[in-house]
Amino acid sequence: MSLFATIRVALKALGRNKLRTGLTMLGMIIGVSAVITMVALGRGAQEEIETQIRGAGTNLIRVRAGNFRRGGVSMGVGGAPTLTVEDVEAIREAVPGAQYLAAGVSTRDQVIAANRNWNTQIEGTDVELPLIRVWNIDRGAFFNASHVRSAAKVAVLGSVVRDNLFGEGADPVGERIRIRNQSFQVIGVMAAKGAGGFGQDQDDTIFTPYTTVQKKLRGRDGTNISGITISADSPDNINFVADEISAVLRAQHDLPPGEPDDFMVRTQTDVTTMRSQMTQTMTGLLAGIAGVSLIVGGIGIMNIMLVSVTERTREIGLRMALGAKGRDVLWQFLVEAIVLSLVGGVVGIGLGFGISEGLTSILQWPTAFPADAVALAVGFAAATGIFFGFYPARQAARLDPIESLRFE
Amino acid sequence: MPVIAVRNLAKTYSTGAVDVHAVRGVSLDIPAGEFVSIVGPSGSGKSTFMHILGCLDRPTRGSYHLEGRDVSRLTRDQLAEVRNSKIGFVFQGFNLLARTSALDNVELPLLYRGGGMRAADRRRRALAVLDAVGLADRVEHLPNQLSGGQQQRVAIARALVNEPAILLADEPTGNLDSATSREVLDLFRRLNAESGITVILITHDHAIARHGDRVVEFHDGLIVRDERRASERAAGSEMQAAAQTTG
Ligand SMILES: Nc1ncnc2c1ncn2[C@@H]1O[C@H](COP(=O)(O)OP(=O)(O)O)[C@@H](O)[C@H]1O
Ligand SMILES: [Mg+2]
Repeated sequence: MSLFATIRVALKALGRNKLRTGLTMLGMIIGVSAVITMVALGRGAQEEIETQIRGAGTNLIRVRAGNFRRGGVSMGVGGAPTLTVEDVEAIREAVPGAQYLAAGVSTRDQVIAANRNWNTQIEGTDVELPLIRVWNIDRGAFFNASHVRSAAKVAVLGSVVRDNLFGEGADPVGERIRIRNQSFQVIGVMAAKGAGGFGQDQDDTIFTPYTTVQKKLRGRDGTNISGITISADSPDNINFVADEISAVLRAQHDLPPGEPDDFMVRTQTDVTTMRSQMTQTMTGLLAGIAGVSLIVGGIGIMNIMLVSVTERTREIGLRMALGAKGRDVLWQFLVEAIVLSLVGGVVGIGLGFGISEGLTSILQWPTAFPADAVALAVGFAAATGIFFGFYPARQAARLDPIESLRFE
Repeated sequence: MPVIAVRNLAKTYSTGAVDVHAVRGVSLDIPAGEFVSIVGPSGSGKSTFMHILGCLDRPTRGSYHLEGRDVSRLTRDQLAEVRNSKIGFVFQGFNLLARTSALDNVELPLLYRGGGMRAADRRRRALAVLDAVGLADRVEHLPNQLSGGQQQRVAIARALVNEPAILLADEPTGNLDSATSREVLDLFRRLNAESGITVILITHDHAIARHGDRVVEFHDGLIVRDERRASERAAGSEMQAAAQTTG
């Protein structure tokens, strides 16, 4: 029998039991769409991280107080009192490659404006931060050195904070907000920068001088800071600059050789590589779990094909009596299984694509259409059909025509 | 040359401890164009014999020549080819594909033809035989929309569609009432007379067996009687067969 005729026979046989055909395909559809959705989500997250690196600049270096590899677990990174403003000045003097520097101390608190309030990140920093992060001011101005010296109660709002406290697009410059029962003057609004991946929103932040956070908000009149943000003068020698910073800090902290660092220096590329590896692992894991459902779908096809062969024993016997050879019957059932899995696979791809699009447009989760995963899913679907369809088809082909005709 | 020539044919089933000798040495010649009834009580080996004649099974012993070709030692695939091109089966239970139109049922043997056949040609052939059995107005009907007699006529059309040499019918009227049985038997008679196809009718009922030109009686796996009916109809049919062999 020709391949074309075989496909027609298989399609007719599938059409004779539409409900069963649909339910069998459902297993495949769910499996394939799950894989496509998971991979699309993973790829989306990864692409966003890559966009972030490009946006933030590749010459960013962050120093955090404390170190996981040292004791003081209770302090955590950023909490250990090991970094001071003197360290910032020492780096500025000794490392010419460190172009801009900003000491940082952060806290989280409730912020009140007139009748609205909003819980947000309060990032105490220094005047060079907009240069380091390549970040424009939308309205008003960033704070200046004299604000820092006097620990002035001034605030520059991220666009999300502005939207929530004053209304979307409003100009709050000159208005007053309250943080911990203290009145702050709004002097500027940052330009919107967009989500920073993993749910953290860079625009959901208030910037104040780090001295203000130290003295007015943390209530601790010390010189400790939790981190330093630095930009190297060029992305090319970022690792060299990072090494120099480490050397300066070790000297500042009188650490003898062999003693581990009491701080952590991370370049932007370190961070993004780490994050992108994490995303890759997550994507792989999720796709793997989704892949299990593909195998379950395949076993579903095999199960139905086996039931179908038993149920259609008389049909098989009749076809053989009318001249069907073993291989004609084998091909008929194999093609049925392949059609089930392939059509299921194609519908699954469509559904997966639809779900990804839905997640992006409704939940704003980034997704990227994974062309290679689609190819893989189609290939896997066909392979599933052949693999799980072959055994039942061979059972059918080996039947004896007389016994099959007599089968009740 | 007879269309069927069987010599010392035997079939033994070895199931477990005991061997069942279903056919125990049968010799029979059937000339082309004959209408033969094979009659005998249940268990006498009629179906076993018919399965071998129909190339569904191979004999344990003896030889079977179909149109001069020894088919007793063919492979599974070769037997399938012979069944497809030389033999038309009609079963007691009709054996139509459910939820499949009369037309599609009749087309089935054409799908397995060596060399293949175009869809349009398949359709034309199937429509022609459905017309020949008087079902031209029922081609799109499903089996459950047809009466028993109509279903059996679809099955007969299916058996004829590849223009086989012989029509093998095992208890074809077993599921039909007496009026419908007559119709089906008359159809066999007409096909035999008009197109000269060899008909082998298997039945346990002597009244039905009388429709044949020749009655072969089985008992315990052996032929115990073989006689030509001396009726006018049979004589005419014999003359026709003789004319075919000489002409
Ligand atoms: N596949 C088989 N295995 C074992 N015994 C069988 C088989 N088919 C038929 N027989 C036996 O062979 C004998 C003849 O059966 P069968 O040819 O069906 O007779 P009939 O058609 O005349 O009723 C019976 O005794 C039956 O039980
Ligand atoms: Mg029988």
